[in-house]
Amino acid sequence: MRSLWSSIPVRGRVILLVWAALLLAAPIALDRYLISIFVLIFYFAYVGQAWNLMMGFAGQLSLGHALYAGLGGYVAALLWFYFGIGPWLGVFAGVAVAATFGAVIGWLGFRFGIEGVYFALLTIAFAEFTRIAFDNMPFTGGAGGLFLLYDAQRSHQWWNLRGGPLLFYYLTLALAAGAAVLTASLTRSRLGFQWLAVREDEQAALSLGINAFRVKMIAILISAGMTAIGGVVLTFYYNNLFPAQAFDIGRSIEMILAPIIGGLGTIFGPIVGAFILTPLGEGLIALTQKLGIDAPGAKAVFYGLALMVIITVRPNGIWPWLRRLLGLTESGS
Amino acid sequence: MSMAIVINVIIQGVLTGLVYGLMALGLSVIFGVVRVVNFAHGEFAVVAMYAAYLLFVTLKLDPIVSLFPIAAAFFLIGYVLQSMLINRFVGRAEHEQFILLVGLAIVIVNSLLMIFGPDARPTNLPYAIESYVVGPLFIDKARVYAAAGALVASASLFGFFRYTATGTAIRACADNLTGAAVVGLNVKRLYALTFGLGLACVGAAGALMVTIADASPLLSQAFTLLAFIIVIVGGLGSMTGALIGGVLIGVSEALASFFLAPSMKSMFSFALLVAVLVFRPRGLMGRSA
Amino acid sequence: MTALLEVAGVSKRFRGVLAVDSVSFEVPAGVIFAVIGPNGAGKTTLFNTIAGVFAPDGGAISLAGERIDGLAPNEICARGIGRTFQIVRPFPALSVEDNVMVGALLHRRDLASARERAQALLRRLDLFDRRRQIAATLTLPDRKRLEVARALATEPRLLLLDEVMAGLRPTETDRMVATLRELNRESGLTILLIEHVMRAVMALASRVLVLDHGIAIARGAPEAIVRNPAVVQSYLGAETA
Repeated sequence: MRSLWSSIPVRGRVILLVWAALLLAAPIALDRYLISIFVLIFYFAYVGQAWNLMMGFAGQLSLGHALYAGLGGYVAALLWFYFGIGPWLGVFAGVAVAATFGAVIGWLGFRFGIEGVYFALLTIAFAEFTRIAFDNMPFTGGAGGLFLLYDAQRSHQWWNLRGGPLLFYYLTLALAAGAAVLTASLTRSRLGFQWLAVREDEQAALSLGINAFRVKMIAILISAGMTAIGGVVLTFYYNNLFPAQAFDIGRSIEMILAPIIGGLGTIFGPIVGAFILTPLGEGLIALTQKLGIDAPGAKAVFYGLALMVIITVRPNGIWPWLRRLLGLTESGS
Repeated sequence: MSMAIVINVIIQGVLTGLVYGLMALGLSVIFGVVRVVNFAHGEFAVVAMYAAYLLFVTLKLDPIVSLFPIAAAFFLIGYVLQSMLINRFVGRAEHEQFILLVGLAIVIVNSLLMIFGPDARPTNLPYAIESYVVGPLFIDKARVYAAAGALVASASLFGFFRYTATGTAIRACADNLTGAAVVGLNVKRLYALTFGLGLACVGAAGALMVTIADASPLLSQAFTLLAFIIVIVGGLGSMTGALIGGVLIGVSEALASFFLAPSMKSMFSFALLVAVLVFRPRGLMGRSA
Repeated sequence: MTALLEVAGVSKRFRGVLAVDSVSFEVPAGVIFAVIGPNGAGKTTLFNTIAGVFAPDGGAISLAGERIDGLAPNEICARGIGRTFQIVRPFPALSVEDNVMVGALLHRRDLASARERAQALLRRLDLFDRRRQIAATLTLPDRKRLEVARALATEPRLLLLDEVMAGLRPTETDRMVATLRELNRESGLTILLIEHVMRAVMALASRVLVLDHGIAIARGAPEAIVRNPAVVQSYLGAETA
């Protein structure tokens, strides 16, 4: 940890500390609505980071990541719904199930040489298949959805994630921060180098003794597991789940916006991306509502345009450019 | 359950599948030649559906007729889109192309949502509820016309690629890009042409589609995935493969919808996709790498 | 004493074309061994079977007495064979140092000691000053040296070099030859190289194998090979610089 900290230039450390202090103290000054915005920001920063590990570092394009969030959410929710098992235990089951699916997808893809677009389509196929399956399984609530009822008596059981936005604010903040630290330490690890090698040129990596299959599997397992945790948290935050939303390709795409716009393969990319996109998106909705324009697709159009502009003009994302501007380059972040 | 009903279902599937096939043909051309991952494919199809719908509602044009101007318009759009924007992405990392087109898809679909709203818009053609009666079978006239249109469009495309100089040049680009450039072919212009042709197919398919389905923005994603599944199952780089794949998927969807549940109709398609990716990546008719 | 590398009756077929036809040879430890032959003779295919990119269709390959044919490329590297590619394959987005680190991390699990080895190799191959440069921006000769450094970082017993001199000017060729000779002399590194540049072959190799159309047509000391009529015949029209 110490070596991570010392590898950041002084200016960067100051910025980080200031941000940390602001974010920790912010809820004092914010209302419920704004706190909920931050929960979303932290959530997208977190799942974006999980996806970033697989895409930005190991170079594997997954467009079905909602599968893992959905599975995590459903498994934990079902355990709570039917057996009263709390999410702090349920999350383990959720992670296990998601990781298993990830392992299957990874095995199929990596063992049979399914790469690039084809791999992406494979991930989509699994997510869609699962969505339709859950739509048609009555015990999961089917298409009508699964609802975790709000029980006033349990409202302060933080260990069961029954709490107000404040609980989720700090929880998601911790997750996002933790993910950043994890990414940073993985980047500076042997595994991190192996991932980059496989991403850049798998054949060359093999010739240097790297077991590409194993290394890619580890990436997808970590990514799937992390995403599942995010799914559990989000489910207990919103207290409902619908297959059409949970596993939807739209969700998968939502998850990848922040890391792409922020900067693939960087530590702070997903975080920067989430901090830019989510407030802008919500702001746009608030604006159109205030102006009385009924534009249900406005936010999405904005996101779509943002994606197109960024990928054309700054394909490496905003963070690397911002980093240079702030004079923070040198670290691998 | 009688054999006749099952055969009916299968025939519906074949006819619908031919229209799907035309749409997939467009993707096969774009993906196979220009090697662009057109994730906005379905969205363009839906735009064409709305175009046909509007032309019908305002000018009383039958989609079988309006498909020509729509295809032509889409050709131009494709040509311009490719030359102005997408060309920069040819040769860039796959995920970058992908993201560009996903962004475009999001913009298109949500613009349609804002303009037309989420409710499906049916095109109430005079012959929509008529059918040909062949023995015990009832075959929708609309589907027959649509399928016929799809076949004509596909045949013209085949003819173009096989018998014209430009078509051959485009095939050369797909086969061997460096060789094509060395021989003096204007690759950039050919790419733009190809993209235009691909979108023209999509335009035609979309116009024909309104005879079968109601225009709705929510169809776009399904169409995109369908197109990719068909192209992969049929085999990248094979035009007949796209049509055969289309029919295959059309039939499997019809049967799954009939025997299981309409909401489950794509499950089989996805399972087929996975099976093809794993066991026969070149698809039914594709060349082996 | 068993040779370090034993190739016995190795064949490889691609869709009916016999690229390598029952080739046998031995590379004793500490020797620099060259494989030459006209284009299309099957040299790179032979290399690729040794390096594990394909399994041979027939025959056996052994490293220090242990069979390695059919193993995956990463397993073969772990056993001690390093290789370079005919068309260089650096990791484009990584720095020169990080490129070599990837190789060093095979046997050195902690980053500090891997970095030490990487830097030592970079100094050896005259790339230390450019260690922070991004590999994609390197010139061809530097890329070639990078690829050698990277392969060496995996601490191989046998180094396979595929046309490492191609595209280099005579001065650069001489530099590379000197470096390779030094490595061979100082650490006893066994080198198996495919080469067209005869200047390098004559300067480096103590044994030569000549392939033509997948068949081994001559073997022996370089001076004898160069005068062998069958060899000259197969090379008719090729360079003999």
